[in-house]
Amino acid sequence: MTDTASHHNPRDLGLKPLQTVDGTPLKVSLARAKRRARIRAVLLVMPLFLFILVTFFIPVFSMLMRSVENPVVVEVLPSTVEQLANWDETSGEIPDDDVFNALAADFKVAAVDKTAGKVGRRLNYEKSGFSSMFRKTARKIKKLEPPFKEGIIDIDKKWADVDYWRVLKRESREYTDSYFLTALDFTYTDDGERVLKGDDKRIYIDLFARTFWMSLLITGICLVLAYPVAYLLSTLPVRSSNLLMILVLLPFWTSLLVRTSAWIALLQQEGVINSLLVGAGVLDDANRLAMIHNQTGTIIAMVHVLLPFMVLPLYSVMKTIHPSYMRAARSLGANPYTAFVRVYMPNTVPGIGAGAILVFIIAIGYYITPALVGGQSGTMISNFIAYHLETSLNWGLAAALGAVLLVVVLILYFVYDRIVGVDNMKLG
Amino acid sequence: MTNTAEPLVRFVDVQKSYDGVTLVVKKFNLDMQRGEFLTMLGPSGSGKTTCLMMLAGFEPATHGEIFLKDQPINNVPPHKRGIGMVFQNYALFPHMTVAENLAFPLQVRNMDKSEVNSRVTKALDMVQLGQFGGRRPAQLSGGQQQRVAVARALVFDPDVVLMDEPLGALDKNLREQMQYEIKHIHENLGITVLYVTHDQSEALTMSNRIAVFDDGIVQQLASPSVLYEKPDNAFVARFIGENNVLKGTIKEVNGQACVVDVGEERPVHATAVNIGGVNTLTNLSLRPERVTLNPPEHFPNQFDGKVEELIYLGDHIRTRMNVCGHSEFIVKIPNSSDQGQLREGDAVRVGWKMEDCRALDCNDS
Ligand SMILES: Nc1ncnc2c1ncn2[C@@H]1O[C@H](COP(=O)(O)OP(=O)(O)OP(=O)(O)O)[C@@H](O)[C@H]1O
Ligand SMILES: [Mg+2]
Repeated sequence: MTDTASHHNPRDLGLKPLQTVDGTPLKVSLARAKRRARIRAVLLVMPLFLFILVTFFIPVFSMLMRSVENPVVVEVLPSTVEQLANWDETSGEIPDDDVFNALAADFKVAAVDKTAGKVGRRLNYEKSGFSSMFRKTARKIKKLEPPFKEGIIDIDKKWADVDYWRVLKRESREYTDSYFLTALDFTYTDDGERVLKGDDKRIYIDLFARTFWMSLLITGICLVLAYPVAYLLSTLPVRSSNLLMILVLLPFWTSLLVRTSAWIALLQQEGVINSLLVGAGVLDDANRLAMIHNQTGTIIAMVHVLLPFMVLPLYSVMKTIHPSYMRAARSLGANPYTAFVRVYMPNTVPGIGAGAILVFIIAIGYYITPALVGGQSGTMISNFIAYHLETSLNWGLAAALGAVLLVVVLILYFVYDRIVGVDNMKLG
Repeated sequence: MTNTAEPLVRFVDVQKSYDGVTLVVKKFNLDMQRGEFLTMLGPSGSGKTTCLMMLAGFEPATHGEIFLKDQPINNVPPHKRGIGMVFQNYALFPHMTVAENLAFPLQVRNMDKSEVNSRVTKALDMVQLGQFGGRRPAQLSGGQQQRVAVARALVFDPDVVLMDEPLGALDKNLREQMQYEIKHIHENLGITVLYVTHDQSEALTMSNRIAVFDDGIVQQLASPSVLYEKPDNAFVARFIGENNVLKGTIKEVNGQACVVDVGEERPVHATAVNIGGVNTLTNLSLRPERVTLNPPEHFPNQFDGKVEELIYLGDHIRTRMNVCGHSEFIVKIPNSSDQGQLREGDAVRVGWKMEDCRALDCNDS
């Protein structure tokens, strides 16, 4: 110790930073001790973090980027895009010769590279007709002689239509909002303004609303069904509650396809339930109930699939509510109903919140069950995302729809946090 | 305080079985007067909580009848019994503030708002928690929660307040302070309290009467001093306070007195309390503080003892001796300056009066 002297002076002692026995300042050695713990924590988490990064964050991020990325037009038709900058799309005239010359040049390259079809397909999402127009033009461009303007319009009349040129110019930017506009049922007017589509032309907003409404309904039904079961589970002795829990978890253990075929056998028009009802004389043979391949089917099936996600959080919260609360309420003069509503229920709110948000978020993005038993009226937004990924191959739109869904879920989560508090949530 | 015309609470031949095989409470009889502080004391599993639950209405009695103010209440639901209850874990509603907790019993009785407020304020002041009305139970210390629980059980003026080991979760100092406070509230408000504990010193300090429970039966129901001075049976003697037990055979019974052979040259002269005839076995019960060292001539019981162990406890010295072949014989020697210093291994003469030595039953061996 170098400064022994000062240690004997109580006033110095108060001013100096605290030190450990060997003279290092306390803060330094504390930081050192903490660093080791931190490194350990990082090393423990690292493998999982890398796994999630590679298999989740990066793919999701790149997928979401597709909802705004729009490189095709400018890559394939670079000089046309350059020339179009001088064209005034509000004039009502089609572009001049310079643009057509550039277009011809670009098309000659594209015909050799076979990239014109790609642009045609991309622009076809915005306005139908582009695809055939580009295919035709690419086929015939090789033999085309100047003057190009007349020649190209000869190949396909649509080149003389201002509307097509407007779309081409609009989509020549490297980033686009057109996928999001489509996802939210917006469209462009002739003047390039963004407006909501007419009532009859809206697809996705209605679909989002339906998805939302159905998820809400499913969540509500799950809550109503799960609450009494969870209550019973939490009050039974362990042995019988374990048995009941197995029944609750059964849906997790049977294959979805098995269950689905069972539902079809049960719910279809010639199925068990309808036959029983008709046999019992409740229903007329002519008006058998339609309970599958429609909204009802989706709701029945999804409630069944998602019920455990409601039961488990409720159960885990109810398990912690000591029976003495209810007894205290009763001894203080509350009848069973008042005691339940004013004492028991408020204490299950974290479970209700956790279960509801879990079920709702899973329901809103559910794909497989609606696809199997949903029919026309039972499809949800995820089915359309899948359709655009697999069939129409419009990945940009699929990504935009997915992003909207993600934002909705995040907003919900935020609202939930505000009202209930996320740290109040008990999941198991 | 006691001896008013009719008892407030009566248990008449109450029995309780949970499983239909064993009786947890066997033939329980109790009369409780208005204003009384009655404690049920007994080892774990002896059925104390069960009795409270039957009175509060959370467990049905298997047999027998319970009366509250002379009305049979076996078929009255808990919320109509008007019985306040303090639970061992307090059972304060975690989602309500302290004031809301106190207001709850008043609100469910449809009391009007200003009345509720004034009663809540009064109750909070009574337990010195006037500042804490806006807090959640989780933001209070154990002792404060305890007080809120007491205030909540009292705020609606119940006929009886039941307390099931309300101080069990507190540390020793706080427990003693709370005993004192509950006792004061009882005296000031003149309320009737049925209290459960298995801490005998707690029972002795707080109660007017104590029911000592064992094996589903009330072994003795009496005031603290009677329980301590005049235990009816060996269980009570053993359970309340410290107690030297000498086993012996009865040789002679002369009215109140008896002579017991404990295997020494000289017999022990004891008070006959709860014994069979001559030649039956008995447990002699003798409080450690009633044993005198170097006793005067007129003491009928005089024996030689050997000091085995000395434990210094400040105000007295606990001395373990070997007396009458019994090596766990405890003597409490007051720590006064005129006492000569004892050392381990010393031989001392000990003695006691006949009144202090009670001959009790011998069912336990
Ligand atoms: N709900 C119940 N079901 C079955 N048996 C029970 C139940 N509650 C209590 N018992 C049994 O009844 C007996 C008495 O229990 P009780 O709770 O009345 O004891 P206690 O005197 O309050 O004990 P402690 O001092 O430990 O609280 C015990 O043997 C217990 O196992
Ligand atoms: Mg108990």
